[in-house]
Amino acid sequence: MRAPAGPQASVGHVLLSVEDVSLSFGGVKAVSNVSFDIHKGEIRAIIGPNGAGKTSMLNIINGFYHPQQGHITFRGETRTRMQPHEAAYGGIARTFQNVALFRGMTALDNIMAGRTLKMHSSFFWQLLRHGPAMREEAEHRHRVEEIIDFLKIQDIRRVPVGRLPYGLQKRVELGRALAMEPDLLLLDEPMAGMNLEEKEDMSRFILDVNDHYGTTIALIEHDMGVVMDLSDRVVVLDHGIKIADGPPTEIKGNQAVIDAYLGVAH
Amino acid sequence: MHLIYQIFIDPFVQMGNAPDLLVQTLWEGLVAGVLYSLIALGFVLIFKASGVFNFAQGIMVVFAALTLVGFYEHGIPAYLALALTVAVMFGLAFAVERAMLRPLVNQPDIILFMATFGLTYFLIGFGELVFGGDPKVMIASQLGLPKGAVEIKMAGGLVSLQKIDIAAAIIASLMVAALAVFFQKTRVGRALRAVADSHKAALSVGISLEYIWVIVWFAAGLVALATGIMWGARSEVSFALEIIALKALPVLILGGFTSIPGAIIGGVIIGVGEKIGEFYWGPLLGSGIETWLAYVIALVFLLFRPQGLFGERIIERI
Repeated sequence: MRAPAGPQASVGHVLLSVEDVSLSFGGVKAVSNVSFDIHKGEIRAIIGPNGAGKTSMLNIINGFYHPQQGHITFRGETRTRMQPHEAAYGGIARTFQNVALFRGMTALDNIMAGRTLKMHSSFFWQLLRHGPAMREEAEHRHRVEEIIDFLKIQDIRRVPVGRLPYGLQKRVELGRALAMEPDLLLLDEPMAGMNLEEKEDMSRFILDVNDHYGTTIALIEHDMGVVMDLSDRVVVLDHGIKIADGPPTEIKGNQAVIDAYLGVAH
Repeated sequence: MHLIYQIFIDPFVQMGNAPDLLVQTLWEGLVAGVLYSLIALGFVLIFKASGVFNFAQGIMVVFAALTLVGFYEHGIPAYLALALTVAVMFGLAFAVERAMLRPLVNQPDIILFMATFGLTYFLIGFGELVFGGDPKVMIASQLGLPKGAVEIKMAGGLVSLQKIDIAAAIIASLMVAALAVFFQKTRVGRALRAVADSHKAALSVGISLEYIWVIVWFAAGLVALATGIMWGARSEVSFALEIIALKALPVLILGGFTSIPGAIIGGVIIGVGEKIGEFYWGPLLGSGIETWLAYVIALVFLLFRPQGLFGERIIERI
């Protein structure tokens, strides 16, 4: 358990709130009437059995999907149809369940791509590789190198990411999201397919990001041990419906949650 | 026995006997190849960034050339007409993104492919409506492109090089170099490569697909304009030019759909192969082999390298 845990830990104001959101694909309801909020500075876990609508929820938050009903308020601004690049511009970064990296590029270039929105020098200077563009590039390289050091991936920075093992790919993907200096970081199963050691590393990175940069994190994770250790508050989805919301200790003993996981006949 | 001699020995004896003719044929193949490369380049640009095989690239070449000549015929000076045509190609890219790509986002590739067929026929109809169906003469000399030929003494004879062909080769090289720098060195270039690798990851770092699509379609439009000028200067500007798009297909198969160097080298191989084949082996088969030889070359190639010369090897982890 992460100390100090419980609702007291998330003292920040509401950074993002999901209000009465529903999303369906054809006749299949992926998410129905779900509401919850994320406080500034907290680590918020979204858990639930397979097909519970967790990834759909993240996709709604960063604008990949547009809910048919309800809305999202981020930093006090309510949007109904936000585009993914607008979400990125607004300070929402994410990683994907099945790593989505730019396979042809090196680890360094992938993380640099995360700085896209922060670069402003004109096209002309970039072509000439001169003047303001060079200064800007150097500045961003400096920030990116910091992230590379932080994630301890110095020796793979020149390797095309397609060649890296899965665990390192996930780390590079986290690096790319961090390069955006987000206010809200969405992590979709950051530890899927990892061994114990890799999971411990990743857990530490997530906690450090939260502590050092003060980044608010929403994460989907299947490993209950990890969820209990990392998160301040947990929201539980099952078949697209919210069945529980609260601090990890409370969730652990919640009968509805236990039933959802064990598949008790309703 | 005689047939074997004719196929395997005689052509090479001819090459040895008249090296100047061989050089001439090689040069013509090279020039045709450069133009094929340019067309293939237009395809590669769009395919890389959006995964769409743009059937309309051929008609875009015709449309760009007709627009240029059309402006000139309305009394606009040649260079101003060129600038206006560039603006029209930008407008076209913008319209394609708005009216075609955006409504079809997230649809299967085959739907987008069919949409480019629609675009092709729209451009044919629209082009005929505005410019009429008659062939036109490219305003090559007005644009400062050279005319005539230079004769070089080499290989025991005279080799004649058309100046326009030399210009075409130089312009094509400059264009490719500019595109390469653009792709490798600029932020927009990096964003383009990012989009080519993964749409969702590109979106998640804040790259707007709409913006990238306008840029690639505009770049493909510029390539089409250059192709139209060069090709038009060698023959004439007419809708018949549209079928050169089909010439790009074997080039793409050879070079790989995603590789810019592949498009260039593939184009040159096809161009040279075609001309050599036509000149030395053509008479054996009653001529006309130029029309299909490219496909045979591509087919043979596919047997050995299904991903093309420079295409990315597809490895799926299972």
